[in-house]
Amino acid sequence: MAAVLSAPSPLTATLPEDVVLRAEDLHTHFIVGERAAKSVDGVTLTVRRGETLAVVGESGSGKSVTSLSIMRLLAHPGRIVAGKILYRMRDGTVVDLATLPEKRMRAIRGKEIAMIFQEPMTSLNPLYTVGDQIMEMIRLHEPLSRHEARRRARQMLELVEIPAAEKRLDQYPHEMSGGMRQRVMIALALSCNPALLIADEPTTALDVTIQAQILDLMRRLQRDIGMSILFITHNLGVVAEIAHEVAVMYAGRVVEQAPVEALFARPRHPYTKGLLACIPNPERDRAADGARLMLNPIPGNVPSVLNLPPGCTYAPRCPLVEPHCEGEAPGLVPAGPGHLSRCFRHELL
Amino acid sequence: MAAVSITPAPRLTTLMLQRKTLAIGLAVILAIALFALLAPLIAPYAPNKLSIVNRLKPPSGTYFFGTDEFGRDIFSRTIYAGRLSLTVGAAATVFACVIGITLGLAAGFFRRADAVIARIIDAMMAFPDILLAIALVAALGPSLTTVIVALGIVYAPRLARIVRASTLVIRELPYVEAARALGVPTWRIMTRHVLRNLVSPILVQATFIFAYAMLAEASLSFLGVGVSPEIPTWGTMIASGRQYVGQADWMTIFPGVAIILSVLSLQLVGDGLRDLLDPRLRKDL
Amino acid sequence: MSQSPSPAGGDVLLSVRNLSKRFHTASGPVKAVEDVSFDVGRGRIVGIVGESGSGKTTAGRCILRLVEPSEGEAVFDGVDLFKLPERALRAYRRRMQIIFQDPYSSLNPRMRVGDIIGEAIDTHGLAKGAARQARIADLLTRVGLSPEHARRYPHEFSGGQRQRIGIARALAVEPELIVADEPVSALDVSVQAQVLNLIQELQKELGLTMLFISHDLTVVEYLCDDIVVLYLGRILEQGPSREVYANPRHPYTKALLSTAPIPDPTVRRERVILQGDIPSPLDPPSGCVFRTRCPFAIEACARAVPPHESVSPGHSVACIRQAELATPATQKVTA
Repeated sequence: MAAVLSAPSPLTATLPEDVVLRAEDLHTHFIVGERAAKSVDGVTLTVRRGETLAVVGESGSGKSVTSLSIMRLLAHPGRIVAGKILYRMRDGTVVDLATLPEKRMRAIRGKEIAMIFQEPMTSLNPLYTVGDQIMEMIRLHEPLSRHEARRRARQMLELVEIPAAEKRLDQYPHEMSGGMRQRVMIALALSCNPALLIADEPTTALDVTIQAQILDLMRRLQRDIGMSILFITHNLGVVAEIAHEVAVMYAGRVVEQAPVEALFARPRHPYTKGLLACIPNPERDRAADGARLMLNPIPGNVPSVLNLPPGCTYAPRCPLVEPHCEGEAPGLVPAGPGHLSRCFRHELL
Repeated sequence: MAAVSITPAPRLTTLMLQRKTLAIGLAVILAIALFALLAPLIAPYAPNKLSIVNRLKPPSGTYFFGTDEFGRDIFSRTIYAGRLSLTVGAAATVFACVIGITLGLAAGFFRRADAVIARIIDAMMAFPDILLAIALVAALGPSLTTVIVALGIVYAPRLARIVRASTLVIRELPYVEAARALGVPTWRIMTRHVLRNLVSPILVQATFIFAYAMLAEASLSFLGVGVSPEIPTWGTMIASGRQYVGQADWMTIFPGVAIILSVLSLQLVGDGLRDLLDPRLRKDL
Repeated sequence: MSQSPSPAGGDVLLSVRNLSKRFHTASGPVKAVEDVSFDVGRGRIVGIVGESGSGKTTAGRCILRLVEPSEGEAVFDGVDLFKLPERALRAYRRRMQIIFQDPYSSLNPRMRVGDIIGEAIDTHGLAKGAARQARIADLLTRVGLSPEHARRYPHEFSGGQRQRIGIARALAVEPELIVADEPVSALDVSVQAQVLNLIQELQKELGLTMLFISHDLTVVEYLCDDIVVLYLGRILEQGPSREVYANPRHPYTKALLSTAPIPDPTVRRERVILQGDIPSPLDPPSGCVFRTRCPFAIEACARAVPPHESVSPGHSVACIRQAELATPATQKVTA
C-alpha cells in the first residue's frame, strides 16, 4: 500500500547490487544566522547488504548527524545542503533519500529503515505498555487486526529473547531494566522487518555484561534475518566486535573506510592510527619489566564545526602533516583492497 | 605569544537590551521610578496643597490629571504616590527575599528544619495572598511598616519554595561535593556554591513579587486596611476617588493607569529575564 | 574476619574494614555496600571495578565521609576516619581528595577557575596574596593549562580541560590519597588518553595513592596496581591487577573480562555472556549475590555468603566453587 511507485528510477543502475545504502558527498549544515555549523561536511559511506557498517568517531565528528540525515529526522535548523543518499528499496528500486518527498519518506521510516538510540527510555513512550507501542508500529505499516498484531508483537519480544514475553507485553517501559528496554527498542525497530537498521550508540548507556548481551543479540538477528546494520559508536572495542566494515569519521568527514580486520591491522589514516594508540593495550603499554609506559594521545582538540581548518581537517593534529595538507583537502582514495583513506600520505602508514 | 583574550559571557545588561519586551518593560518601570524619584522637580504642585475653589476639576492645561475633592492636583499626587507605592513594593520584595532565601536555604540544607519549614510554606501558600495580608495587617496594626512586613511575609514562601527546590538539586552536584571534600564550611557552601547559582531564578521571582506587592498594597489601601488614607499611594488615591466615580473619573483612572503600567512593565521584565536566563533558550543566542 | 587484605608489600595508607552502607529509601532499605574490606598500599593505584548498582561510587564516597557509612572502619594512616568528629575530619580532608566523572557539573559555573582552585587553598589557609596566585598558576601549569586560564569561567573550556581543572583543585591541598570516580569515562578517547597520562605523571611525581573507580576494564588493567571487583555491594574478587587479569578466579570476573570489548577483531575469546539482568539492590539474592546469573551456581550458593579464600599472595576470591573452576578465559589466536 505504501508509496506512489513511479517507473524504475534512473538511479537504480548507479548502485551496485550488493549495496543497500550509499551516502555520496553528503553535506548537512546547521545554519544559525550567518554561521553554518558544518556537522557533516562531505560524507561518503557504503553499507552492504547483510553486513554491519560501524561508523566510529568522537563527539562532534558528525556521526549522529549522518544517521539523522539518512532518516531525514534532522531537528531545525539542520539541513541537508548537498549530496546524495542512495537507498535500495526491498523491491530493488533505488531512491535518493536526500531529496525524497516527506510523504514517501514516512513510508520508508520503520518499514525500510528503522532506528534505535542510545537511551531507550526516552524513545519509548512512558504512558503506553510496550505491547501497545509495538502493535501500533506494526499496524501503522500493515493491515492487521489487534489480535494478529498482538501475536506478532509477542513474537517480536521472543525474537529479541525477552523471557515471559506475553507478560512483558503488558508492562510499561519504566518497569523494565535498561537492557530490557533496549531489547524492546530493537523489537520495535524490527517489527516491520526493515532492510536496514540504524543503531546510534545502542549499548553506550549499558553495563558491560548487558552490552555483551545486546551485541550478541544483534549479531544473531543479523545472521537470522539478514538485515544490514549501520552501527554508530565511539567505542573501537565495540566496533571490533560487531562490524564487517568500518567508517572512521573526523570533523564531519569519513577519513577512512575499510573491512574491519584491515582497519585494525593496518589503519591507513593517521587519525585512526592515533585513536587506536589512545586506547590502553596491556601488551603494548608495558615495558619488559612490567612498568607502565605512557600512552600516546593525539595532541590538541577536535576543531569546531563552526570553524574548520582549510585543507585536511586533521592537519593541525597530524604527526605526518606537510605544508601541502593545510592548503588542499585530500579526497577519499583507495589505499588497499576495499580500503579507502582520506590522506595524502597514507602510503607512509 | 598571543595576547590573552578574556571573553566572558556577554554581559547581562547587553543581552537584556537585545530582547524587545524586556527592554520596553525596563524602560517603562525606570521612567516611572525616575518620575517618582524626581517628584519635587516635576510635580507642579505640592501633593497636599488644598485649593477648595478648584475641587473636582477635570484634566486641563493647569491640572494635567485634574483635581480631587479637596482641589489637590492629581498629577502631582500620582507622582508623589509613586514614591510610596514603589517603596512599599521594593521594601516588601527585599523583606520577602531575606526571609524566603534564609528559609529556603535552611530547608534545603538541614533535613530537620526542612520538615518544619516545608509545612509552613505549604500552609501559607494555601491562603489567598490578600486574605493573609489583611489578617497580618490587622494583627500587627495598620501602618506603612506593617504593610511592608505583612507583604514581605506573604510573598516569602514563593521564594523559599524556589530556593529550597533548587538547593536540594544543587547540594547533590559534584562541585558541592568537591567543596565538602575540601572541608569548606557549610555556610560558605551555601553562599558561594548554592546561592550564587540561584541569583537568576531569585531575580526573576523577585521581579514578579515586586509587581504583586505593589498590586497588593493598592488593594489593601483600597480596602482601607493599608497605609493611612492621608498618605498618597496609588491605592489610597483610588480608594478616595471611588465615591466620585461617574462624577470625577480622573481621580481613579490616573492612579489606576499608574498601577497597571508599573505592574505590567515589571511582569514584562520578569518574563523577559526568565527567558533570558533559561539556559535552554539561551543556547540559540 | 575471614577477608585477607592485600597490600602487595610496602606500607598501607588506607585500610577499609567491613564497610557497609545502607540507604533508606521509600521502597525499603538498600544495601549499597556490604561488608567491604580492602587495603590501599601507599603510592599504589587501586582500581575499584563494577557495573551499576555495584556500590563502587558509594564506597568511595564513604571513605571520604561524603556519605556517612553505616558500619565498618577506614583506617587512614593509623586513624579511623569513620570515628572522627566533623571538626577533626576537616584536617584529614586536606590529605584526601576526589576527582569526579562529569567535567561539567563538577565545577561551579559561577566561579572563575582561579577561585575554584583558590577556594581549596583558602579553606586550609595554605597561602595568601601573591603566594596564593603563584600557587594557582603553578597548579594550572602542572595540569597542562596556562596561568592565564585562572581568570576564565568553566564554560570556556572543553571537557578534557575541565577535567584538568578538577584535578588541579584536588591537588591544591597536596593530598596523599585521591579517590578518582570514573575520571575519564565522560571523555572522548583521544582526550581520555591525555588525562590518563596526566594522572600517571602526577601520581609518580607526587607519590600519590589512588583509588580509581571505573567500569572500564581496559583502563583499569592499564592503570591500576591492584583491583577490587564489586558486584551488588560486595567484593567478589580482589588482588594485584596483573594477577587477576591473567588468572581471574571468580565466574563474574571471568565473564566481565571475557566480554569487555577489545579493539582487536583478531582476538577470539571464549565469551561468557551472562544471562539476565543485574538484580535490584533493593532485593539482592541470598547467599552469593552473583548466583542468579552465575553459570556455575549450585544449591549451596544460596545458603551462605561465600567467604573470601586466598588463591595466591594478595589474591582472594569469594566463590565456593573457585577451586574446581580454574581455567584461563582469554586466548589469542592470530589469524
